[in-house]
Amino acid sequence: MSNYFKAFEEMTEQDYAGLGLRAGLEIHQQLDTALKLFCRCPAGRYSEDYDAEILRHMRPTLSELGEYDGTALMEYKTKKEIIYQIKHESVCTYEMDDTPPFKINQQALDIALEIAILLNYKLVSEIHIARKQYLDGSIPTGFQRTTIVGIDGWIPFQKRKIGLIQLGLEEDACREVSDIGHQRVYLTDRLGMPLIEIVTRPDMHTPQEVAAVANILRWSVRSTGKVRRGIGAARQDVNVSITGGTRVEIKGVHRIPLIPLLIYNEASRQFSLLKIRDELHKRGINSKTMHARVKEVTHLLGDTLWDPIRRALKRNEKIYCVNLKGFRGILNYPTQTGKVFSGEISERVRVIACLTRLPNILTSESGEETIDSYIWGKIAKVVHADMNDAQILVWGNEKDVKTAFEEIIIRAREATEGIPGETRQALADGTNGFERILPGPDRMYPDTDLPPLDISEERIKQLENLVPKSLWEREKSYRKMGIPKHLIIPIASSPRANLFEELCARTTVPPVRIARLLFEKTVHWQRRGLSVERLSDEKWQLIFDCIEKQPVLLEKVEDIIEQFLKKEDAHLEMLLKKYIPARIDKVQIRKVIESLIKNEIPVLSSVEKMQRYIMGKTMQNCRGHISGEIIHELVNEILNSVGVENE
Amino acid sequence: MSDAYKGYREPAVSILKENNVRVWSDVVMETKRGTFTGIILPRSETADAYHIVLKLKNGYNVGIAIENIINIKEISYKEAHYKIPEKDFPYDPQKPRVKLLGTGGTIASRLDYRTGAVIPAFSPGELYGSVPELADICNLETEKLYAVFSENMGPEQWTRTAEAIGEEIHKGVQGIVIGHGTDVMHHTSAILSFMVQDPPIPIVMVGSQRSSDRPSSDAALNLIHAVKTAAESDIAEVLVSMFGPTSDQYGLLHRGTRVRKMHSSYRSTFRTIGDIPLAMVDREKITVLRSDYKKRRDDRNVIINTNFEQKVSIVYYYPNMQPDIIYSLIDNGYRGIVIAGTGLGHVNKPLYPALKRAQNEGIAVYMTVQTLWGYVQMYVYETGREMMELGVIPAANMLPEVAYVKLSWALGQTKDLDKVKDIMLKPVAGEITDREPYNGYLIYQGGIPEVEAFLRTIKR
Repeated sequence: MSNYFKAFEEMTEQDYAGLGLRAGLEIHQQLDTALKLFCRCPAGRYSEDYDAEILRHMRPTLSELGEYDGTALMEYKTKKEIIYQIKHESVCTYEMDDTPPFKINQQALDIALEIAILLNYKLVSEIHIARKQYLDGSIPTGFQRTTIVGIDGWIPFQKRKIGLIQLGLEEDACREVSDIGHQRVYLTDRLGMPLIEIVTRPDMHTPQEVAAVANILRWSVRSTGKVRRGIGAARQDVNVSITGGTRVEIKGVHRIPLIPLLIYNEASRQFSLLKIRDELHKRGINSKTMHARVKEVTHLLGDTLWDPIRRALKRNEKIYCVNLKGFRGILNYPTQTGKVFSGEISERVRVIACLTRLPNILTSESGEETIDSYIWGKIAKVVHADMNDAQILVWGNEKDVKTAFEEIIIRAREATEGIPGETRQALADGTNGFERILPGPDRMYPDTDLPPLDISEERIKQLENLVPKSLWEREKSYRKMGIPKHLIIPIASSPRANLFEELCARTTVPPVRIARLLFEKTVHWQRRGLSVERLSDEKWQLIFDCIEKQPVLLEKVEDIIEQFLKKEDAHLEMLLKKYIPARIDKVQIRKVIESLIKNEIPVLSSVEKMQRYIMGKTMQNCRGHISGEIIHELVNEILNSVGVENE
Repeated sequence: MSDAYKGYREPAVSILKENNVRVWSDVVMETKRGTFTGIILPRSETADAYHIVLKLKNGYNVGIAIENIINIKEISYKEAHYKIPEKDFPYDPQKPRVKLLGTGGTIASRLDYRTGAVIPAFSPGELYGSVPELADICNLETEKLYAVFSENMGPEQWTRTAEAIGEEIHKGVQGIVIGHGTDVMHHTSAILSFMVQDPPIPIVMVGSQRSSDRPSSDAALNLIHAVKTAAESDIAEVLVSMFGPTSDQYGLLHRGTRVRKMHSSYRSTFRTIGDIPLAMVDREKITVLRSDYKKRRDDRNVIINTNFEQKVSIVYYYPNMQPDIIYSLIDNGYRGIVIAGTGLGHVNKPLYPALKRAQNEGIAVYMTVQTLWGYVQMYVYETGREMMELGVIPAANMLPEVAYVKLSWALGQTKDLDKVKDIMLKPVAGEITDREPYNGYLIYQGGIPEVEAFLRTIKR
């Protein structure tokens, strides 16, 4: 068996097309509102300490078919105790599901609508709030209140359009503190904050395109100036499938630059799982013919020196062996960069059987020094294993270890079928891990606690006026204006872009200079610790008004602003006024220069030195009210006229 | 025909008719804002008539303003049938028989994700599907007595429930559970404590504060606790079984005459007032907290007394209350008045003439306290003594709602006010207690450092 997936750096668009790669993106972005979405708690108050703890369990609800769906069943099996840590200032009885929802936050709704308009969505006329069930405990009610404000949006991308399926407005969930054994702990500060969810169609052709689209969407929502910044304020998930594969959702992508590697690894994993399936079929093993035998082997391992099992025995845990007939070599088959198939099994055991202490399994194909081969031999006998088989040892308390070996067999059977539908977690190294079984069709139903809400035409018209120009329109026009490349996106995605465009339009100052002042110099000042927030839009307007009146100000403006920023109580207006010219004009300067030459000039060795001396004195007198160039001109003129030649 | 346009009124219904589509049609809708595809859902009766609701393929519902609709085309049609496939509740001859009587409220439900409907689950098979743990506890039978919203509960329902309880006891069940809305659960538990006296088995009232379709609902755990109590407990009284703390930790069993709903929405809303509850219950065990309760018996005797006088009122006193309120009660033929007075049981002087008139016209007037905790004590102040001269009878520490149902029950049995007084002041089911222990009133204030320190250490 060989895995001839190319290395990440070598993959081309054709390679991905050959694989039948389909990749989609889901972006969650917190909105910058004062309060949460369905209650009046303040939004954005994060803290690690807490005032009280509440304990809950989640029970799945039966579907109309009289069955529990896959996720529900999984969560039910894990039987987790969920502990919520609450702080009085950031959650109320609504979050803890002890009070019905309050009316939806209108500020959040306006921002969501604005973004929907910006991204070309078709808006709905009436908002209906829905309940989307989650059983992992991340939301105390067991469901998230969510609604959509628009469908079928799009953004331009390299001469095509990337479709955006829907724009949702929903509440954020708790932050996980820990998940050990049968207890999961959450912090509730983030719970209930307003989020928008943008879901793209799988229209991107390569992993790199997905990252590019993620950036465009991120910059676009930022350009409204109404979304939260900072760690955790924006999260992205990617959906990946290849031909013959299954759509797998990878959640919690930490950083956009990690997206390409994540997608590559998932495509590679799916490719490998299909190869594993094909190999098993070649060996005559399918879901019907697959055979597994489980036996307890605790008594055989009493003498082992291998730490994980030795400790398990000390805890009085039981050890079982699962023999998978004909599976030899499968457990070591590479799936993602640095991972093999047995990792998939270990993850299931960890998540579903709650055996979270790692390593939680040991396979007969493990390369390291673990158990004596003599003991392996004895184990193999007990489970009637032969050379073509693979064995997996698993250990734990009586209840959990039973769930564990059942899950091992389930996952092995899934390997004979292909790729199981799963939600997986993005990891920092660009690979992914199992999170949960992919839920069935959206577990959604109407929230009858809140009535439908009408979105009037007037409201939409008002919002349309607030919507900023799109990112791509701005990029085009800035390029035409000659704005330096590295500044184009920062400007286009900044809420200050409107101010920038306005100043370009109404002043004679070259756009490049305005760009550098507003977006480069400010970064420089901020790095030096100056409070650039004091430079409000009004202040900038004032600065440029003054420059219009007195162009020479442009040379001094950086100094002036620095002076303003350095002193808390400095008055920008006063500082600027000092530079607005009094009635000094060229005639007067001539007089000044002439009198200097007549009276004050010392003996200097060169004409240049004389020039500089005169310029210096003149500038002093004029207090910089006239541009140095003009003075230089005049000095030359006058020196010439009195017969002093330039060299 | 009207079902084809369920909930839609003019002008929306005309739009549907003109386009030849109906509720449950799978349609493509062209609008001024773009094209929408989905299933037409019924319209809620309280929503306006200017929108049509679509369930999109992604599962979300949206409303489209009819003024924006250009046309609608039906692609297919599939009517909704809310049929729940049933499993049989397993029968185990070793397990006790418990009967669940339904009066309203949803103790368990299922979801139809296609339409978003929440369907109540009530038959044993449906309950078994929803809360399979019940089969480990008992053999369950269910019967729906009636289905009313809490606020519409009244003497008719109470009478029917009491009679049904009597029948079930004679049939030999080992415990009775009554599914009930939470808003007036304490009214019902009180009146049933009088209408059903000395039962030989536990009669446990149960409901849920959060709708049972939610994964977080208290419904399943409350039901498990109630059924366990009915099957195994030796407390043969009318009880209310609801959450203890807001955490999923244990339920409490409250005596039906001393329990009250104390918060509009908290799971932990039910509390015993002026005393401690009878027991704690969780999935594994029932822990009694006191021993002064009526114990389970093998006989099948019970006293059913469903008398009820409708013309009784509670009057909640407030400063500046005028006597004409009382006069209007008298003029309207009321036979009994329960006053929820301030402090130790007081009203203002302007009401005295009205009280006098009530006394003269043979109307029974009893005093309880608005503060809920504490005894009526009308000897302490002059006001109290004066009122007693006017015939107002202190009702010790009976809760106002309990005094109301008891007075209605007493007046239903006799017109003789002395006999009524005997009935009222002689506790039948713990509605008046001889003493109030220190731990009968524990209301701690948040924000105080020692209280916050306590909260931080316990997971409640």
